[in-house]
Amino acid sequence: MTPALALQDVHKSFGPIEVLHGIDFALRPGEVHALIGENGAGKSTIMKILGGFLAPTSGQVLLDGQPAPYRSGAEAEAAGVVVIHQEFNLAPDLSVAQNVFLGREPGRFLLDHRAMRRETQALLDQLDCRVSPDARIRDLAVSDRQMVEIAKALGRKARVLIMDEPSAVLTHREVEVLFRQIDRLRASGVALLYTSHRLDEVRHLADRITVLRDGAVVRQALRGELTEDGMATAMVGRDLKDIFPPRRDSFGPVVLEVQGFSVPPVVRDVSFTLRRGEVLGISGLVGSGRTELAEGLVGLRSHHGSLRREGQSITLHSAADAAVRGLAYLTEDRKELGLLLDKSLRENLTLSTLGRFGRLMISRPAEETALTRAIEDFDIRAPRRDMAVGNLSGGNQQKLLLAKTMLPDPQIVIIDEPTRGIDIGTKSQIYHFIDRLARDGLSVIVISSDMPEILGLSDRVLVMRQGRVAGELQGAAITETAVVRLVMGTTEEATADA
Amino acid sequence: MRNLSLSTLGPLAALILLVVLGAFLNANFLSAGNITNVLARSAFIGMIAVGMTFVITSGGLDLSVGSMAAFIAGMMILAMNAMLPTLGIGVPLVLAGMAVALGVGLLAGLANGLLITRAGIEPFIVTLGTMGIFRSLVTWIADGGTLSLDFEARQFYRPVYYGGIFGITWPILVFAVVAVLGELAMRHTRFGRYCEAIGSNDRVARYSAVKVERVQLMTYVALGVLVGLATILYVPRLGSASGSTGLLWELEAIAAVIIGGTALKGGYGRVWGTVVGVLILSLIDNILNLADLVSPYLNGAIQGVIIVLAVVLQRGKSSAEGR
Repeated sequence: MTPALALQDVHKSFGPIEVLHGIDFALRPGEVHALIGENGAGKSTIMKILGGFLAPTSGQVLLDGQPAPYRSGAEAEAAGVVVIHQEFNLAPDLSVAQNVFLGREPGRFLLDHRAMRRETQALLDQLDCRVSPDARIRDLAVSDRQMVEIAKALGRKARVLIMDEPSAVLTHREVEVLFRQIDRLRASGVALLYTSHRLDEVRHLADRITVLRDGAVVRQALRGELTEDGMATAMVGRDLKDIFPPRRDSFGPVVLEVQGFSVPPVVRDVSFTLRRGEVLGISGLVGSGRTELAEGLVGLRSHHGSLRREGQSITLHSAADAAVRGLAYLTEDRKELGLLLDKSLRENLTLSTLGRFGRLMISRPAEETALTRAIEDFDIRAPRRDMAVGNLSGGNQQKLLLAKTMLPDPQIVIIDEPTRGIDIGTKSQIYHFIDRLARDGLSVIVISSDMPEILGLSDRVLVMRQGRVAGELQGAAITETAVVRLVMGTTEEATADA
Repeated sequence: MRNLSLSTLGPLAALILLVVLGAFLNANFLSAGNITNVLARSAFIGMIAVGMTFVITSGGLDLSVGSMAAFIAGMMILAMNAMLPTLGIGVPLVLAGMAVALGVGLLAGLANGLLITRAGIEPFIVTLGTMGIFRSLVTWIADGGTLSLDFEARQFYRPVYYGGIFGITWPILVFAVVAVLGELAMRHTRFGRYCEAIGSNDRVARYSAVKVERVQLMTYVALGVLVGLATILYVPRLGSASGSTGLLWELEAIAAVIIGGTALKGGYGRVWGTVVGVLILSLIDNILNLADLVSPYLNGAIQGVIIVLAVVLQRGKSSAEGR
């Protein structure tokens, strides 16, 4: 069968640096093809070439065996090759229907609103998505926005669908919905490209797997030929034995006591304690109030309830108050809330601790020294020190954000989604950083939608559901089944007391 | 070191080009008298534009500065006239007038800043409103005419505009000091860094324990004080204020900031660029008046072209960095 879309000996250089070295790669109709590799292996470049956003330096893009006729993303879409980017391409203030038909609105002089709504509804029904065509994108959950993106692609008669880490922002349950849609698309003969850092998903979903390392294909395999370990080994090029650090076993006294803590309108009546040297995992669906709880705890959201720090009652009104009390929060949204993407590493690193770098005037040398230390301590790999942070890879951005969060020397760190959208090698590094923090006597709260991460890192797990604590698990009781049960709320009575 | 690109050096190159052009077109252009004239005229807009640089860098905007200058001038003149019988002509009277000007400027800036940060109204809307309010108040107080400083007080106050030391007049000196302090504040203090951070992404700044509202408020207050300072130096020039004092100053100040390379959407501020921008605007005016090449009536058109060109250059830069 002729591949729907293929690359033939594609090389790509940026300036003098070649980043893709002769890629051969084919997407066949009715097949899910997973492309995996570490950050910087060349996945995004390949996707950009397939989607018409970049032209190869040499080699060919073949659409149905013929040289692809498109020169831009828009032309590629018209030819049926649609890319769903990680950052969605939706206008937040327009309705679902307006987005689905953006750029190809029906009607001559006046828009045919009725037809748009009707056809959008049909597409959404096909996807089993219960969002109204009139809903504004701004008001939708991330998972629903993704469904709208897929509906938009289907509306454009996509024959090739390229999905850049679609599951990164979804929770367990939402991922299952996504998988059903993918199965449906596959059955209807669409050629799918899927990338993900979650290897269990890849094993479950992909009919064919291509592993990239340093801009070259190192392994191609069919369904069932590669285990998750095999994939990780192929990606990294070495055995990855200890992704997670060994568990810690001695803890100090309670350093934070949270009692009857509410962050209206989401979080209600949450109580827990945190000990010195402990990693407390917080699991739950997106929307269960995990992030709101964290933001309330560090004074970024208004809250009520009692907070006791080493036995002493405290009140926090801002992130600055929290810093004084030794609390720090690392946001899940590093691009919008964590880092100034157009600023340099130095300016980002010191932003929350500028007071330490000189009284009236900021001492540039002191800042540079701090950056040098951060680069060493957190293994940040930046081609140039003065580059804009937005041009760093996700993994390095995350390490820089971690360095920034740790700069004020907090005693309690809340890390929200520590490894979202990050390759397995860097993930493991970050897990070991977290372990080192705990062993150094800090207390760490890890919020994560990534089940293995919760299971592999936590000394204790707190599960949230609908703004409340659904249960707490400790030691040997921390199993995937137990956590999932609490997350989903099944057999509530049985597990809540466990 | 930052890369010295076309967009960084563009305004400076344009300034040098204008100086060369001016010298070529008119022999008097480089005379001490003309240079003093250009610099002194730049000084008022210049001081305001330095303050405006911080406001714009932190993602704000202030349309009210021209009207604010008229209002401050009116208040200052009224206050000095009122205090004249008690204080008499002399330094105390002038100092009292200056204190009133700075005080009114501070309060006006505070009003703008509080409405923007506390009430959460957009800067454009707030300052559009206060722009109308300040100018209308002056016109009303002057009853549609002119508020004049007492003749003798005016004579005594005159040297603040016309006098100076080492042949450099006070407005130029004060502008130079403001520019140097502004550059230092933007580059080397927490305040400047916070302004850039807030303009770049105010949510990131908030999550980084920066007191966003307080910094924003301070930019408006500082700008108000600088408008007061500019007015102190402007009033002795004419000795009067009316409803048309400081007309369109806000647009000139904003234009100077943009020409200087500060991003209108915030996040990136350059005080020395603003100074260059102010000088470019006054030089164009000056050259057109000295040379017969182009009608001075086209001044606005040429300035308009320069503003648009400056923004095009900025955009070229940002897309090059985006790669």
